[in-house]
This record gives sequence, C-alpha cells and structure tokens, in this order.
Amino acid sequence: MMSTSTLALPRDSAGVRKSKSWGNPITYFIALLFIAVSLAPVLYIIVGGFRTNAQITTSPSGLPSPWEVGNYVQVLTSSIFWQELGNSAITGFTTTIGVVALGLMVSFVLARYQFKGRGAIYALFAAGLMFPITVAITPLYLLVKDLGLTNSLAGVILPQIAFALPTTVIILVPFLRAIPDELEEAAAIDGASRLGFFFRMVVPLSLPGVVTTGILAFVGSWNSYILPLFILNNEGSYTLPLGVQAFSSQYSVDTAKVLAFTSLSMIPALIFFTVFERRIVGGLTGAVKG
Amino acid sequence: MSMSLGAKSLTEQKSQGTQNGGGDAQRASSPTGQRPRRKATDWRKRFEITVLSGPAIIIFVGFVILPVALAAYYGFYRWQGYGPPTDFVGLGNYAIIFTDPAFHEVLLHNGFIVVLSLVVQGPVAIILALLLNQKIRGRSIIRVLIFVPYVISEVIVGTGWSLMLQTSGAVNDLLQNIGLGAFKADWLSDPKIAIWTLLLIISWKYIGFAVILFLAGMQSIPEELFEAASIDGASYWQIQRRITLPLLSPTIRIWAFLSIIGSLQLFDLVYIIWGQYIASTAGTSTMATYMVGNGRNSGNFGYGNAVAVVMFVISLAVALIYQRFVLRRDTAGAITERQK
Repeated sequence: MMSTSTLALPRDSAGVRKSKSWGNPITYFIALLFIAVSLAPVLYIIVGGFRTNAQITTSPSGLPSPWEVGNYVQVLTSSIFWQELGNSAITGFTTTIGVVALGLMVSFVLARYQFKGRGAIYALFAAGLMFPITVAITPLYLLVKDLGLTNSLAGVILPQIAFALPTTVIILVPFLRAIPDELEEAAAIDGASRLGFFFRMVVPLSLPGVVTTGILAFVGSWNSYILPLFILNNEGSYTLPLGVQAFSSQYSVDTAKVLAFTSLSMIPALIFFTVFERRIVGGLTGAVKG
Repeated sequence: MSMSLGAKSLTEQKSQGTQNGGGDAQRASSPTGQRPRRKATDWRKRFEITVLSGPAIIIFVGFVILPVALAAYYGFYRWQGYGPPTDFVGLGNYAIIFTDPAFHEVLLHNGFIVVLSLVVQGPVAIILALLLNQKIRGRSIIRVLIFVPYVISEVIVGTGWSLMLQTSGAVNDLLQNIGLGAFKADWLSDPKIAIWTLLLIISWKYIGFAVILFLAGMQSIPEELFEAASIDGASYWQIQRRITLPLLSPTIRIWAFLSIIGSLQLFDLVYIIWGQYIASTAGTSTMATYMVGNGRNSGNFGYGNAVAVVMFVISLAVALIYQRFVLRRDTAGAITERQK
C-alpha cells in the first residue's frame, strides 16, 4: 500500500492508521521487554555452556568469567552427539519426504478428481486433526512393537508421517484446487495425461505449499519427544531430544556440560527456523486459519 | 467453478462442452451416460485414484485410526502387553480410573492448565499483538525473536528451565542479587507453587505462537476500515476496540481451541521437568503423564489403553462442544464446501 512509504515520515501521520504511535517509547520498551523475557532462558543455556561448574555453583546467574570453550569442545568431539544428530536428521528428512510425497498425491486426488467417497476421505483426514499422538501413543507403541520396529528409526518415521498427513492434506487440498482448470485443459490438449499433468504442472505449481508443509513436518519431527521416548530404547538409536534428556540425567552433576549439549542440540533447529522463518510462521497461521 | 474441478476426464468435458455449451458443462459433473469411451476412462481414473491415494490412506489408517481403535479394545483387558490379551475385565479398568484419587487430581491439573492458559495467555497476547501491529522499526526481527521459544523443542525448554529453577539455580540467585530474596522459592517441588511454575513455563513457550497468530489475523483486516474510522474521528483505542478486536475474534476462537486441546494433551514438559514420579507429589501430573506412568511404565498396557480412551473421549467431547457452540460460525463454510 501507499501508506508504507509515507509512514516513515511522522509528519505525514494525520489520516493514516497506527502511525500516530510512531516513535512511542512505551511500545519499544514493552517490545524489548517481551524479547528479553523470550530470549533470556535460551541465552542462559547458551552462555551457561561457556562456564565451568565451579562458576555456576558460586554464582548461578552470573556471566562466564573467564569464558570456557571446554564444554562445547567436549560435546563436539564426542561421538554420541554426532550420532544423535545424525539420527535426528535421518528421521526428520525421511519423515518430510514421506509426508510431502504421500500428502501431495492424496491431496491431488482429493482436489481434482470427482468420485464417490471423496468427501469421506477428506473427512477422515480432517478428523485426524483430533487424534494427537499423545492419545494414541500407548497402542501405537504396541503396534510398532508387533511390527518389530522398536529401536529402529523406521518405527518413529512411519507414525510421524501418518500423524503429519492431516495438516498436510488440509493445507495442500485448497492449494491444488486453486490451480486453474484451464491449465489442466491446456496440458491435456498438449497430450499430457492426468498423471503427466500431476508431475509436470501440479508439483511445480504447488511448491510453496509443499515447502510449508515440509518444513512443518521437519520441525515437528526434529522436536518430537513422546514417540521416540516410547519407540527408541537403546542409546544408539536416540534422537537429539532423547539424547539431551539422557545426557542431562547421566551428567546431572556436570551442569555446564549439560548446558553445552543442550545448546548445541538446539542450534540446528534455530538455524533452520531463521532461514525459513517466513514459511514456518506463514504455514502455521495459514494452517490454523484454513 | 469448484463444482467442475476434477469433475470428470477432459475428454468428457470437451464433448459435453460442444453439445451443451460451456455453461451446462459445468453442471453435468456426474457421469450418467454409458458410452464405451467413458468406461475406459473410468477404469483409468479409478486406477489413478487408487495408486495416488492408497499409500497415504494405508499409512494414515494403519498408524492413526487403527491404534485408537485398538486402544478401545485393549482397554477392556488386564494385559501386560505380551501375547494376545485374554484376561477380559469389562469396564473394570474404567471403574478403577474413575475411582482413583490420583486420576481426579490429574483432571484438576489439566482443568487448571486449560483455563489459566486461556486467561493468562489470551489477554497478554492480544495486547502484545496490538502493540506490535503498529508500524515500528524492526518489526520483522521482533517477530522472529518472540517466536524462538515456540520453535525450540520441549526437551530443551524443560531442561533449561529446570536447571534455572532449581533451589540453588539462576532464578533464585537473580532474585537474591536484585534484592528480592524474599521471593526465593522452591519453584519445582513446592506443591503450592509447582503448577504455577508449569503455567509460567507453558505461557513462556506458547505465547509467541498466540501473538504471531493474532498479528496475522490483524494484518488480514482491510486497511480501509481503519482509514474510514479515523476519518470519522475515532481514536486509536476506539478503533482497536470496535474494529480490530471484533474482526480478530475468529482468530482468537481458533487459538483458544488449539490452546485447550494442547492443554488437555500436555505431556512433554511435565514429564521432562518432573519425571513420572515427582509430578504427582509436586502437583503437576496430567492425564498424559498418568497414562504413561500407570500404563507402559508399570507394564499395565490394558489399563494404559483405557486411560488413553478416557483422554481421547474427554478431548473429543471438549472439541465437539467447542466446535458446536463456539466455532460453528467460523467453520460452517470451510467444512461444508470451501469457497475460493
């Protein structure tokens, strides 16, 4: 809108909304306070990793003096951290690919084919939003056990794909429906089959929606706790959340090292988030608003 | 337009179009004729539908619907999880659940979290969103920073906070240093305080999500409304109260729904900070920690599944009631037929 360019000038504010608060120090003060409260615990974890246990004991809320990198070096040179990072990465990427592939296929059917039972299938997935993984975890564990998939990443990946499908379908179906019919007709005239249309037109055109759902699936997988907690019982198969917990109970006296391990395990998620911030926020709000 | 989307194969569309003209082709969406060509395309269509939607449906039904159905079945048995369940106890598990004082407690805790999450986070998030919705410098960076707690995992949040809140932790130390030593407390283990601590941590982690959601809602309100109101001489607060808040209410209602469901399912943070045993003495146990503690962790899978069923029914009932009475206006269009 025009207003964005004029808003930079406080004098211009007469009739434009919100700009009368331009420069209001209270707004900035509250915003800064909010940011400080949001970040302080995170910074405590990161900065705490640079201290020694002696420093933490004498002054629990102090700053490092001197800064020690020893904790971080120890964690970074331990094989367990990298193994768990690898497990989390494999789980995250496989889940994402699975969700996107299966979600896109079924959403395409639901969006662009007319057939009996279409409404029922859509309702089935929509109802899936009502089944959080916490409720299903006990029987799910039994099922995965019967399939012989405990202690394997597949036992985490398959249920994660299943539980991420409802959100994916809800986001992608309207997206695919919005692709104009004319494109499909044009593709057909050019000799493309429905499936050809799917691979050559639908997949590229739905990329923004796909990226959003993929990121949501990845972040969900990266942070997921209860499912790995039930399925993965030996250290070799732990993902990072389980690793953080195991590490913090194993080294409960070595607070500094726990903080270093914890902050290193959140860095990948933070980088990922910073890069895709717009997508994640847009995806979450879009998913909620429908 | 939406009716004809994917309505039928393109060959049909074209032939119909030449016969009836474009307008009628839109309506003739259900195949009625029996021309041989249609049969062939029908088979092809069916094949495509099966191949494309089959895998997703199998995975979804197998890992989402089936477990929930199995829970209902296992819930009728006393069963340790080995071999097929044989010790049928009927509603016995449910009788134990509903007479167990520990379960009454977790219901209270969940109820407390449900209500206070709404009461605490809602108003604060709306005020923060109103503030941040102004054109201020660095708004996009602020948006990123306040969202950080939401993005990092529950395990990290739980580990960090429990270290900070230890009796000899950073929070008490900080209070001491700034002269508020009188407010030092046993944040995690004092049963009078612990659930408030939990509420605080939950609010800290999830309020950024509420703010971002509300900001998105506010930004979708047409600019013209604000302009018209300010031309009519409305003050900033009048505009917020009469225009922003009413138009934001669908977003608020949906946020409240998500918050309620999340509070009912609360598990990760409690289990990480308090563990399975301390949670009940600290007064922070929830339905989910009760389920895990009395089910899988004690090897009583029949009982655990019965608790899962109770939890599911409670969540579903709350969700349905909420949808029926609060969300109906918002979802009426979305569920019946999506308008574009």
